[in-house]
Amino acid sequence: MTNAWTDIKNTDLVVVMGGNAAEAHPCGFKWVTEAKARRGAKLIVVDPRFTRTASVADYYAPIRPGADIAFLMGVIRWCMENDKVQWEYVRNYTNAAFLVKDGFGWSEGMFNGYDEETRSYDMDDWEYQIGDDGFAMIDPTLQDPRCVWNLLREHVDVYTPEFVENVTGTPKDKFLTICEMIGECSAPDRVMTSVYALGWTQHSKGAQNIRGMAMLQLILGNIGMMGGGVNALRGHANIQGLTDLGLMSNLIPGYMNIPRDTEVDFETYIAGKANAPLRPNQISYWQNYPKFFVSFQKAMWGDAATAENDWAYDYLPKLDVPTYDILRMFDMMSKGEVNLYFCQGFNPFLSFPNRAKLLSALSKLKLLVVMDPLQTETAHFWQDHGIYNDVDMASIQTEVLELPTTCFAEDEGATVNSGRWLQWHWPGATAPGQAKPDTWIMSNIFLRVRELYRTEGGVFPDPIVNLNWEYEDPMEPSPEELAKEMNGRALRDVYDLADPEKLLVPAGEQVSTFAHLRDDGSTMAGCWIFSGSFTPEGNMMARRDNSDLGDTGTFLKWSFAWPLNRRILYNRASADMKGRPWDPERTLIEWNGEKWVGFDVPDTAPTAKPDEVMPFIMTHEGTGRLFSRKMMVDGPFPTHMEPFESPVENVLNRKMRGNPAARIFPGDLEQLGSSADFPFVATSYRLTEHFHYWTKHNKVNAALQPEFFVEISEELAADRGITKGGRVRVWSNRGEIWAKAVVTKRIKPMICDGKPVHVVGIPLHWGFMGAAKKGFGPNSLTPFVGDANIQTPEYKAFLVNIEPAAEEPVA
Amino acid sequence: MNMDLSRRSFLRLAGAGVAATSLGAMGFGKAEAAEAAHVRAFKLATMTETRNICTYCSVACGIILYSKGDLKAGETAELVHVEGDADHPTNRGTLCPKGSALKDFVKSETRATKPRYRAPGGGEWQDITWDEAFDKIARAIKDDRDANMIERNEIGTPVNRWTTAGFLAASGSTNEAAWTTYKVVRSMGMVGFDNQARV
Amino acid sequence: MKDTASGPTTAVSNPPVQPTEAYFDQGDITRISATRNVPQPDRELTKLAKLIDVSKCIGCKACQSACVEWNDTDPGVGENVGVYENPHDLTPDMFTLMRFSEWENPVTNELEWLIRKDGCMHCEDPGCLKACPAPGAIVQYSNGIVDFNHDNCIGCGYCVTGCPFNIPRISDTDHKSYKCTLCSDRVAVGQGPACAKACPTQAIVFGTKDDMKAHAEGRIEDLKSRGYENAGLYDPEGVGGTHVMYVLHHRDQPGLYANLPEEPRISPVVEGWKGVTKTAGLAVMGIAAAGAALHGLFARPNEVEEHDEVEADRLVDGRDPQDGGQV
Repeated sequence: MTNAWTDIKNTDLVVVMGGNAAEAHPCGFKWVTEAKARRGAKLIVVDPRFTRTASVADYYAPIRPGADIAFLMGVIRWCMENDKVQWEYVRNYTNAAFLVKDGFGWSEGMFNGYDEETRSYDMDDWEYQIGDDGFAMIDPTLQDPRCVWNLLREHVDVYTPEFVENVTGTPKDKFLTICEMIGECSAPDRVMTSVYALGWTQHSKGAQNIRGMAMLQLILGNIGMMGGGVNALRGHANIQGLTDLGLMSNLIPGYMNIPRDTEVDFETYIAGKANAPLRPNQISYWQNYPKFFVSFQKAMWGDAATAENDWAYDYLPKLDVPTYDILRMFDMMSKGEVNLYFCQGFNPFLSFPNRAKLLSALSKLKLLVVMDPLQTETAHFWQDHGIYNDVDMASIQTEVLELPTTCFAEDEGATVNSGRWLQWHWPGATAPGQAKPDTWIMSNIFLRVRELYRTEGGVFPDPIVNLNWEYEDPMEPSPEELAKEMNGRALRDVYDLADPEKLLVPAGEQVSTFAHLRDDGSTMAGCWIFSGSFTPEGNMMARRDNSDLGDTGTFLKWSFAWPLNRRILYNRASADMKGRPWDPERTLIEWNGEKWVGFDVPDTAPTAKPDEVMPFIMTHEGTGRLFSRKMMVDGPFPTHMEPFESPVENVLNRKMRGNPAARIFPGDLEQLGSSADFPFVATSYRLTEHFHYWTKHNKVNAALQPEFFVEISEELAADRGITKGGRVRVWSNRGEIWAKAVVTKRIKPMICDGKPVHVVGIPLHWGFMGAAKKGFGPNSLTPFVGDANIQTPEYKAFLVNIEPAAEEPVA
Repeated sequence: MNMDLSRRSFLRLAGAGVAATSLGAMGFGKAEAAEAAHVRAFKLATMTETRNICTYCSVACGIILYSKGDLKAGETAELVHVEGDADHPTNRGTLCPKGSALKDFVKSETRATKPRYRAPGGGEWQDITWDEAFDKIARAIKDDRDANMIERNEIGTPVNRWTTAGFLAASGSTNEAAWTTYKVVRSMGMVGFDNQARV
Repeated sequence: MKDTASGPTTAVSNPPVQPTEAYFDQGDITRISATRNVPQPDRELTKLAKLIDVSKCIGCKACQSACVEWNDTDPGVGENVGVYENPHDLTPDMFTLMRFSEWENPVTNELEWLIRKDGCMHCEDPGCLKACPAPGAIVQYSNGIVDFNHDNCIGCGYCVTGCPFNIPRISDTDHKSYKCTLCSDRVAVGQGPACAKACPTQAIVFGTKDDMKAHAEGRIEDLKSRGYENAGLYDPEGVGGTHVMYVLHHRDQPGLYANLPEEPRISPVVEGWKGVTKTAGLAVMGIAAAGAALHGLFARPNEVEEHDEVEADRLVDGRDPQDGGQV
């Protein structure tokens, strides 16, 4: 989230699209109801189903799963056509005025330079024109035909209300009503917030859905504003923290990158990261990358990371592909290329697509190690559960270890919420049986492996034997020790760069800000964005002062928010070019003539002059990006793409299937189904009664929603002879499932590209372990393909067929 | 009737422990001390109160664990009840249907409580000690890494990646557990490293 | 500028962890089932109420979950029968239930998903208490809470029959009647009910009845501004008003909300009961539940004379009570 849960109370309009906040985040959704009660805010829901969020909405419109980009580009077009633009914001705080290279263009729904063979674009021309002064060229008048604004206008021209209706199935009158409601928020004193979740990400073009909304919010001038922003409602309690800490194939903590093969040495690597500003006076904060990187290397390898060995650069693995994400790993596994797999609190056998493929992949492992508080399906993938897991146990040669871990009630530490608050918690229960904390388990594994390398030698033991492991009890580092290590400390005295006489942090002391980190080896920090969370003052994450100066909803003294306790990202953009708040009623920070002051930690240098330094300090431009340059492999503007399995052809280009720049493995492509065999669009989702695959282990939640079901319209039920509460079989080109049928008025057929489209809704909370009735999940049906940029599986739009099933199925 | 949220504002940097709760919010006058014959005895009297954060979604509601026994005092603690923390700025004491039943998650009958091993082709779990489990894991890591570590690519660049092992980390775990995991996994050169960010 | 955040209106303080004296007790009882001449307390507690704003409810069932956890009940794992209601009805282990109604509004042509939390309404004039033949099984406090005392319950089921909202349920296990207590154990120590505490959107709020009515007025005004012309408060006169009230977007059509009664009132038959005719009246009403419960009644010692029952049935229609309660 750019903003915080408690900030939603400050909004005038909530758009829930690509999510279902009332069901998935009920206590966060409280702040939507507060905004309605306090400010008379309105709530719009756009969703294929009339959800429980829709039940309390002021306005609801249906949309075909996978058609969101067309809708969003249509709204942008409408705003541009109808002068619903926050002009001063757009001119100064976005890259609207930047001139783009002449080679950039598009036709028939695709950008120039596509190579079918490699499924990729040549992106060289997706860039600004650079002037003689080395800076990007701009036309502040927005007249130049090559400026981003005019290219965008041209790009969205095709997304007329009629086009939108035809592609999305959203009736034109409803679409236009929503455009008008959204358009009102271009006024500087009207603010809209976007809250979304997996409904936007789980598409083969998921990242472009979110780009679409981010662009709209920039055009409306709503980024950085109280009550505004683009708010990803993260799923798990600490998924934000794990992402912050870079527990992903290609990340280093604090959104730094694992090197690629092409970054052959430290110098090459750093040269590509610390980018100079593209406009005069801009901050381009990533110029500090070397400081954060070297401090990270020092946290990892301590004294073994030296200037002489390039801070142990080669201790890090390098990537020959963009990522070894889960889809890739399971594909490799299915080919016998993975031997050893660890699942720590993760149940991929239910959460990743194409269960038949997952089963075959797991069966080829030599050893699977599962660490979990619960007995998961993944740990039991080899176990025969009749139709719910129909396996031949004897033929599965995988060794499995199931290791019991503690859970939240039994451990101590911090988790990061969706609004980036690091909140500390304390244990209140004794762990059951032999359950142990993850820290203890990982330490034991590490210490034994290190011992083997010390005694036996082996291949490249250096990063293992030199890993910094100085804890009071090496078997179980304490949460405090680990938190301090992430925050970082001075290894030698650290002086002010501007004043070499001025001691900032004495050796051995915790740093209180990442501004004190250095690239000369004098500091260490495991995760630079967490710097400030555990300072000489103590554990800032454990703060519990809930006073809220100004009633802004920022709660600056409650826990700690990264970065630097800032609660609303880009908050500099809440003030105009003179530093005055766009809306005096929503004063967050303002320029007092000398520095920025207010109710939040300013997202700019404290003395950065408002008319010189633009608000988006993390970008090279200083502005938000309507045109995303080379940042995304499937285009600098979002363009309508169909899901890989779609009931209709792409009306922009009838030969195009799915996202042309998305990776799909051989074998998975052949497993895609066609609408001739699978005429209905399926979409998967969560229900408010359950949390993923966890709460089916609870009696209470199992009582509230006991049994797997699918939801269909009355029309589809009548067409297929399906009765309410009856049993149905649903199948795709990859598998079949049986479920109870919920027949509802809340799903209705839509007309797209001239033909009716029926939706089958498939919730995902059931499996073969736990207290609830045994059942199936959508992952028996879903295609093994992910988003082009970040490989999020396409769970929200795929094709199925459905029929009544008279009896209990037999294996 | 607004409950003033500042009731526990003073608990800056405070950890677990017993906190007094102000009563009388309901508008009753002070009554004579008497046990109500018909009213069920209040079940949380004398419990240990511990502040925690809900483990489910990213709203991260403040919760209070009510336990029999005090861990800080070295006692065994049994979770008896979980309720929303009224002082928490986000949830203000409220909890969703999952959060309200957190106790049942902690005390689920299908929690894993001991290390278990399944042999190739086996149909049953076998009990195993932690020591045996760690020895097996360490040996498997060492042997596979030594056999399959790619130290240099075709053009001779040091790449030091190990692709035949993978690790999925838990987004229900703490930052501190995650950082420990990060250090261990990365030091070994594993690149098939991921979390639940996409699902 | 305020130094603290304003909170949503409700009683959300955390349950205390220290022994606490009760704020009300048997001295505050104003009515007792099957008991005449209850001495009236020398003080009158402020009337309390739970307000359920249906228009803010997101149907998440947190109230159900919190209710089960607080009351330590076990509703069991059922099955899906094609609806979102689970369990499918109130049970002795599920005191409150979200009921879901899909309604296509003929005026706007828009679908509305009306979700109502069902449960005991805590009537000012409680039909259950009036119908109950077991002395002391049902009591009402001067703050309005209607509570069951299971030690005195004989499981006859007359409370079910007497309830205009069809709320109490008889347990197959211990043959006693169960319903929402308005968390009397929490209220007694200054807490709101578990459901109100949990409710994420604070569609359920709890406080004095006057406060709740004032809060409802603001909500109704908001709903009217959003086009719900007939929004209003459900606090039905027929049962003397209730201590659980609803804000409805369509106050003119309560039946839309899973058959919420338009004008609930205690059956005139129950109202007219005196002594033996009390049980006779119930037999006349003759809902199956009452008859079914008689088996339990005869199986154990009880405080209603058996011959009263027989006599009552004979008086009404000459049936033997073992025949069951069909009329």
